[in-house]
Amino acid sequence: MPYTDLPEDFRDNHPSVWVDVHSSLFDPRKAHGMYNDFMDELEYAADCGFDGICVNEHHSNGYGLMPSPNLIASSLARRTSDAALCVMGNSLALYNPPTRVAEEFAMIDCISGGRLIAGFPVGTPMDTCYAYGQNPSMLRERYLEAHDLVMKAWKEPETFSFNGRYNQQRYVNIWPRPVQNDPHPPVWIPGGGSVETWQWCAEMDYVYCYLSYYGYKAGMATMKGFWEEMDRLGKDKNPYRAGFLQFVGVAETEEEAYKLYKEPAEYFYGRCLHVDPRYATPPGYTTEATMRAGIQGQVSRVASDNKTALAVDKKAREFDAILDNGYVIIGTPDQVADKLKEVARELHVGQLMLLLQYGNMSRDVAMYNTKLYADHVLPQLKDMWDDEWENRWWPKPMAQGQRSIPLPRTLEAAE
Amino acid sequence: MSELETSKVGVNGHECRVWRKGTGPSIGYLAGLAGLPKWPLFADALAKEHQVIAPSVPGFPGAEGHRELDTTLDWIVAMRELLNGADLEGPPLVGVSIGATLAAEVAAMWPHKVEKLVLVAPFGIYDEAEPTESPWAQQGQEFAGLFCNNADAYSDFIRRPNDADPVEWPIEMARAREASARLLWPMGDTRIARRLHRIICPTLIIWGADDRVIPRSYAKKFAEAISGPTELVEIANAGHLVDLDQPEALAEEVLRFLR
Repeated sequence: MPYTDLPEDFRDNHPSVWVDVHSSLFDPRKAHGMYNDFMDELEYAADCGFDGICVNEHHSNGYGLMPSPNLIASSLARRTSDAALCVMGNSLALYNPPTRVAEEFAMIDCISGGRLIAGFPVGTPMDTCYAYGQNPSMLRERYLEAHDLVMKAWKEPETFSFNGRYNQQRYVNIWPRPVQNDPHPPVWIPGGGSVETWQWCAEMDYVYCYLSYYGYKAGMATMKGFWEEMDRLGKDKNPYRAGFLQFVGVAETEEEAYKLYKEPAEYFYGRCLHVDPRYATPPGYTTEATMRAGIQGQVSRVASDNKTALAVDKKAREFDAILDNGYVIIGTPDQVADKLKEVARELHVGQLMLLLQYGNMSRDVAMYNTKLYADHVLPQLKDMWDDEWENRWWPKPMAQGQRSIPLPRTLEAAE
Repeated sequence: MSELETSKVGVNGHECRVWRKGTGPSIGYLAGLAGLPKWPLFADALAKEHQVIAPSVPGFPGAEGHRELDTTLDWIVAMRELLNGADLEGPPLVGVSIGATLAAEVAAMWPHKVEKLVLVAPFGIYDEAEPTESPWAQQGQEFAGLFCNNADAYSDFIRRPNDADPVEWPIEMARAREASARLLWPMGDTRIARRLHRIICPTLIIWGADDRVIPRSYAKKFAEAISGPTELVEIANAGHLVDLDQPEALAEEVLRFLR
């Protein structure tokens, strides 16, 4: 959910899109339009037949206008009827007490009749340590403890006390409770490429989602590592264990696609990803095990002088380079479907998340992209894994006939 | 001068290295943000008149265990155990940067167990009107120039010796940054201002004239709050880590104060 009106000279004259992005660049009256456009787009995607719609959490961020994804999700819960609501998610360590997340997610699950996917990211350094002042040396432990507390709050029928290292609550007893209580809403974990996160997802039976802005080529190594680890842990190869994010632009012709998606993509990779590197590496955020793996990789590469590592340039800002590096996939519906089938197969990913609005893309273009995708691409991918695998990580809503239908919003209808 | 001696002290089940050098009355030395990856020139200069005892603080080179410490109280108690184990229950303490913060915290908690105190640019206070610079929101290559006037002094201090492990050495340096963040994140305010009045021993407060991390005016804030007699000294051509920038000049001031 980007702010779509960052100035053209943003990259040159502003230090960062995140943490200290200047308030003078934010016009609340324009943001009124943006929020409503984005919510229109998400509702439209649900109407078009997408399986789910996603929202996420960022703070002090010029490309993510959702400090609270739960606010947006609750509105979507009322204005959509069947799509899963994927809140991707709540950065658990930022909520005090974390039972707030258990409560709000339960509310969304109740309002939507059991359509919630509960996402629990650790959160980026920019969001958690700088914008929210969390101690990077304690962030992961806080996160894990908050996770345990939320899970217990969902599952434990009796009022209980929680005496944690970071959270002490004498009386935990959340009202409401989630509709999906057998045993809890599906949990998806967005993460980087850390082995510890993969192992934890495997242990907890959660979906691991690699949400990179750099597309399938850059994602290959990470997903390969993920599946090797699953194999090592003796987990099955159910592709629905894994989620992956890809930017997509569909049009009737290749030329039109190029024309339509060039500017939004360049806006995103040029302006939205202009993050001051000072905010990238708070000490302690990266675990020593991950650091060690990284350094050992470098050391062994230097030692063997092996230069065959797959090189994806993560600094592309011109559209041709953006396309070459695979950040964005564009084309006709058949071209995009073919490419995405290949991507899903190669990365072995069942939960494919698409960014169909990015950068300063207008609502009209986003809806055109969404419609073409839903009508012509989605059907070609929808069942690609279903002969062999069950998606065990999908919401189980109340039966259609049991779910409330919001009253039409006119005075006559209300009377 | 005697050779460098190494021993260990257990704190919360983790071993902390204690280095000793020199003869004469004992003094404790608590190093700055990088800890003690090496025995520094400054400590050598002090060792001309003292037995310098330099315990490694949990999380800094030579010691682990910072992840056991959640609150400022946890840190202070860990420091008490470390100092006791290193025979530093009573002798003067010389601290630099975060080491000075810990020395001051200990002196405020147990005022009768620190004979004299030297605080070189301590963290612990944050004044919104004159904010400190963040030692963590920096790019790698910027640290050295921010911490020291002579960036090479810092870079050389943390540079891996040829015989050190190429994987573990950089992790140890990163761990020191994590340990300092664990105590001081997000702005270095340990609320020590509420406790400084409890410090009753003679205290020398030293600041680098070119400190770019903590404004020099903070020296006065510490001096005014401490109950014991205080003396303020500024060292020319020194940044935040005065012990690395001006080891000789700093040692001269400290030795004079301790005589």
